[in-house]
Amino acid sequence: MAEAAPPPTLTTADGRPLKAALLAAQSRAKRRAFLLVLPLLFFVLLTFLIPIGYMLKRSFEHDGFAASAPAVVAWFEANPGFDPANPPEEAYAALVQDLARMQEEKTTGIAGTRINYSVPGTISLFKKGAREAKGLTAPFRESLVALDATWAKPALWRGMASASNVYTAEFYKVASDLKLTDDGWARGEDNERIYLYLFAKTFFVSGLITVICLLLAFPVAHLLATLPMAKSSLLMIMVLLPFWTSLLVRTTAWIALLQEQGIVNDILVGLGLITEDGRLTMMYNMTGTIVAMTHVLLPFMVLPLYSVMKVIPPSYARAARSLGATSWTTFRRVYLPQTLPGIAAGSLLVFILAVGYYITPALVGGADGALISNMIAANMKNSNWSLAAAVAGMLLVAILALYWLYDQLIGIDRLKLG
Amino acid sequence: MKRILTLTTALVGLAGMAQADITVMSWGGSYGAAQNEGHLQPWAAKTGNKVTMVDAPDPAPAVKAMVEAGNVTVDVASVTYADAARLCDEGLLEPIDAASLPAGADGTPAAEDFFPGAVTECGVSTDIWANIYAYDTSKFPEGPTTAADFFDLAKFPGKRALIKAAKANLEFALIADGVAPADVYATLSTPEGVDRAFAKLDTIKSEVVWWEAGAQPPQLLADGEVVMATAYNGRIFAAAIEENKPFQIVWDGQTYENEMYVVPKGAPNVEQAMDYIRYATSTEGLRGQASLISYGPPRKSANAEPIIYKDGKTEMGPHLPTAPANMANALQTSSEFWVDHDAELNERFQAWLAQ
Repeated sequence: MAEAAPPPTLTTADGRPLKAALLAAQSRAKRRAFLLVLPLLFFVLLTFLIPIGYMLKRSFEHDGFAASAPAVVAWFEANPGFDPANPPEEAYAALVQDLARMQEEKTTGIAGTRINYSVPGTISLFKKGAREAKGLTAPFRESLVALDATWAKPALWRGMASASNVYTAEFYKVASDLKLTDDGWARGEDNERIYLYLFAKTFFVSGLITVICLLLAFPVAHLLATLPMAKSSLLMIMVLLPFWTSLLVRTTAWIALLQEQGIVNDILVGLGLITEDGRLTMMYNMTGTIVAMTHVLLPFMVLPLYSVMKVIPPSYARAARSLGATSWTTFRRVYLPQTLPGIAAGSLLVFILAVGYYITPALVGGADGALISNMIAANMKNSNWSLAAAVAGMLLVAILALYWLYDQLIGIDRLKLG
Repeated sequence: MKRILTLTTALVGLAGMAQADITVMSWGGSYGAAQNEGHLQPWAAKTGNKVTMVDAPDPAPAVKAMVEAGNVTVDVASVTYADAARLCDEGLLEPIDAASLPAGADGTPAAEDFFPGAVTECGVSTDIWANIYAYDTSKFPEGPTTAADFFDLAKFPGKRALIKAAKANLEFALIADGVAPADVYATLSTPEGVDRAFAKLDTIKSEVVWWEAGAQPPQLLADGEVVMATAYNGRIFAAAIEENKPFQIVWDGQTYENEMYVVPKGAPNVEQAMDYIRYATSTEGLRGQASLISYGPPRKSANAEPIIYKDGKTEMGPHLPTAPANMANALQTSSEFWVDHDAELNERFQAWLAQ
């Protein structure tokens, strides 16, 4: 009986084992795919991930004081439990030594700026102190306090002790409306707290705009998806035209329309619906911000919805109707669930864009229309980049948390952008 | 990290590098145009050097970013007085040798010729601008004349436009409330003083439209949205003279400040940059700019003879913040105060707005 021949290995035409050839081909394809995305990866890394990482680093790292005041920093390290209300003479001696050094090295401003972030008024205090430091004599406590009584302030000593560490949570504390007082960090006065309020307002307004966008966009997208080609193309152009227009132009156009002496008010007065004195205030307030932002963001809701609705076969709805469902039930149980990926994508897109909006609220927001991004911009302008980074970092974390929640509730794989 | 940052800024900076001997960064718009025509072109013609102007919405943060990344592509930047002090404090600017600045056209040494505060450790003033308020003469034939009138809703009803920031508003409110300009910063340094300023602003809060960009107040006035508005004086001048708008400036209780040329630390051509600044802030350079935009030259010698606007007939004198008649009840913005308190008071201001 002949022995069974070993099963022949499958080979390619040139005799290589098929398995190996397949693996080689697959890894070649993978390499090629990777090379294709490499430019984009590099671009994203260079212009997106690294700057964001650098920004986040700034929010908890600042060596302005630590690097310019070695003596007092060393003293803080040696005496972690000192009493800020009554620092000993040797601390003052170290401070005066550092002030003299700052004057020589011209680092007074850098150190003062760092302390000024938590104890306002410090830059000029440091400058004055540094100018006089050379002439000060022991006991240093008395001579420094004679120069300016602020030098004995416990809050100042707390601020310096905190700033002597390069890594700090201070900026996050300030961004959470905490203030450094003589007794340590505490909630700021009612008339000083702004950040948390603006965070809450930003999320509320963004949510509201998302809902309004959804309500406005849903029928339009449905119409776009169901109308005959010729008509839907025209409608599509009407959706896209504002999308292609500059953001600033659209914002300014809304100002021209809605301001008190604007077109809408003129028409209402002309029709006799309101009196000359009763002109409506629709601009430079929250109403203006919401109207302008909704208009600017509407296409971001329409387009994902449209792309989803276009591929929903009309036969499903017809089948539901023929089985006796009312039109409302058909919509609720058959049509709406199928549009969910589009609703989810559009809402996420609009919400995240709205949270970061800056120029529109700045121009039309007036007194109560400002959002958190306007505070980030204000801090950038005031050269307090660390605080700006901390506020931006908190915003980033909040958005990532929402994204996570979204993934849990709806599932990111159900997202359909187009 | 630093190297990568350098690379990214280099990529961004490429656009502005168009092989010039020196590059000047300014604010763009009519202000940038005035500097371009009044400083850049005459200097280039005189020295044979090439000079390019680039625009930034606010040059100070751009300077900070460049110096910190170690890749400076501009040689001279035009920044506000407070920013010049702040950047200098943070060691981001080259010191300027005040002794090297040229004497005035009449021979007065620079140290005596410049107005007080116009030359600092790291900057030289190019002009003095003011936060004035203006009203629409078609609305009020007998218009307001004092800072207090701005807050008088009974006498001058209608909406007002104010800048959406603490700086300039708090000083203006205190002066309107009767504080002498000389005492304003001492008052603002106390919590009661700050409360007093906000209390004064409270009296008109419901009637205020807040503006953010310098182009907005003349627009708001022109649209009839407001009957009076605080603004940068150059903007109102341009609207009134160039576009014949019925706008009248009230020179009372305004704050004024210097705008400074500075050299970022590590600028590619420091020597030429300094030479450019010496020319731009000479009597001739300052008069050149002041004939194109209504901001006052910060040298006595530059104000000695009448300056004629580029339209060939308007005499600039009465329109400049530096005219003696306009300075009677004015206050120079204290950069020292604002460098110390800008962040703190701005937070308070934003919280007050949101109330």
